[in-house]
Amino acid sequence: MFYLGEQLLQTCSQKRCTISQVMVHQEADLFSAPEASIWQRMHDQWQVMQRGIQLSLEKPRTSMGGLIGGEGIKLMQRVHTNTSLCGQVTGKAVAYAMGLLEVNASMGIVVAAPTGGSCGILPGTLKALQETFEWSDDQVVSGLFNAAAIGTIIFHNATVSGAEGGCQAETGSAAAMTASAICELMGAAPETSLHAAAIALKNVMGQVCDPVAGLVESPCQKRNGLGAANALISAEMALAGINSIIPFDEVVAAMGEVGRSLPETLRETARGGIAVTPTACRLKKQLADR
Amino acid sequence: MKKLSAFDIIGPVMAGPSSSHTAGALRIALIACRILKEPVIQVDFLLHGSFSDTYQGHGTDRALVAGIMGYPTDHQDIPRALTIASEKKIVYSFETAPLTPSMHPNTVSMTAQGASGRRLSLEGASIGGGEVIITRINGIEVSFTGEYPTLIVQQLDRPGVAAHITSLLAGSSINIGTIRMYRHEKGDAAYTILETDEPVSTELIASIASHAAISDVFLISFETNSG
Repeated sequence: MFYLGEQLLQTCSQKRCTISQVMVHQEADLFSAPEASIWQRMHDQWQVMQRGIQLSLEKPRTSMGGLIGGEGIKLMQRVHTNTSLCGQVTGKAVAYAMGLLEVNASMGIVVAAPTGGSCGILPGTLKALQETFEWSDDQVVSGLFNAAAIGTIIFHNATVSGAEGGCQAETGSAAAMTASAICELMGAAPETSLHAAAIALKNVMGQVCDPVAGLVESPCQKRNGLGAANALISAEMALAGINSIIPFDEVVAAMGEVGRSLPETLRETARGGIAVTPTACRLKKQLADR
Repeated sequence: MKKLSAFDIIGPVMAGPSSSHTAGALRIALIACRILKEPVIQVDFLLHGSFSDTYQGHGTDRALVAGIMGYPTDHQDIPRALTIASEKKIVYSFETAPLTPSMHPNTVSMTAQGASGRRLSLEGASIGGGEVIITRINGIEVSFTGEYPTLIVQQLDRPGVAAHITSLLAGSSINIGTIRMYRHEKGDAAYTILETDEPVSTELIASIASHAAISDVFLISFETNSG
């Protein structure tokens, strides 16, 4: 069993396996389940993720707090124009990620990845890349196992909970998991995946969790969109052979340490940061009076 | 260290918005539903800490009522749970209360009554990513997550009960991961809580329940209901 990125890389090189293969083997070993059923279960989750993206593009949905709705659709309309700044892949990834967060915020069915508040980044980015590179669902599902492997390492050595580690622990982890998955799907070596994950996590080191009115809506939705872009650009750097100077395991440990040192007001309590700006306080009062 | 599954990271499949405030809350109520083993006709929820601040905006109220009705975390009707409960003539209430010093920031306690008049009080905490810990049953302090097949044996604190349970499990080749007895005082009402590596059949549960000092046995397992 691997707890660290270093152990994961060793296993990959000893067994001449990809990160996703190591994850599937470990899952089968730990839970005495046949690999076919593990694959099927992840395929089912991928279907739920894709269904969520589809729903978000059909019509704007009303979120529980009413702070967001229709952002995925707006962005897609702009992506389809010839003045799009980010281009098709990044534009779609961001739109899908924001759309999924909207489905989540309206009590729709999503897959926590690793949490509900960060559920858009991984599926949104992989869907945009699947459409671009014509990956099979099997390929995308192997990417999800790769992402899960990175997530377990972060879970063991830091945290994926906003209440414990701030937004860096939620959307930062999701972006790191996604960046790693992209590298494997693009055919890179396991080391490249860990470099990409480290770069993504470093980019949001210290990011606080400060939700307006305590809701998983704002700034969560935009941080999901930006998390997708973070994952894509981190993966692009790693695929270009640009390494993280600080190894992945050390970055994860640093993220956990930064999370623990954040004041409680900046860890999902809605008592600091954006959540206590005058406008946020006014919105919170409006919601309470509703 | 905990055995972490790929599906703890990519999962659960859940109605949004929050794995801790929605999916976790639902799972606590679902455990209460499984322990009660009959339709609930009345339930009063007491929300502490972060639950009390933002329960409506997170749909925690709907999730708790959905759980008490036995819905899994990915049920389509969770947003409509309050309406459905009213249609089924289930009486529910929500009140808020401060945290006590030992409580986790996301804690809920509930008192539920079943159709036959059976009552249950239960307290649990949602600790992130949809994972939960049950901290109290009928006033007795306990600690279990429901993550593994979990047997809850309601009993009197008498000699030989543990041997009775473990020998029956051994006879069916079921490995016990953890076992602990919780009680107020020696000889008093108690709970033995066991986490097993293998699922436990209804026949085996009936054999365990046949002991004179055992009043009831409950099995908690999420695997069969939610992905």
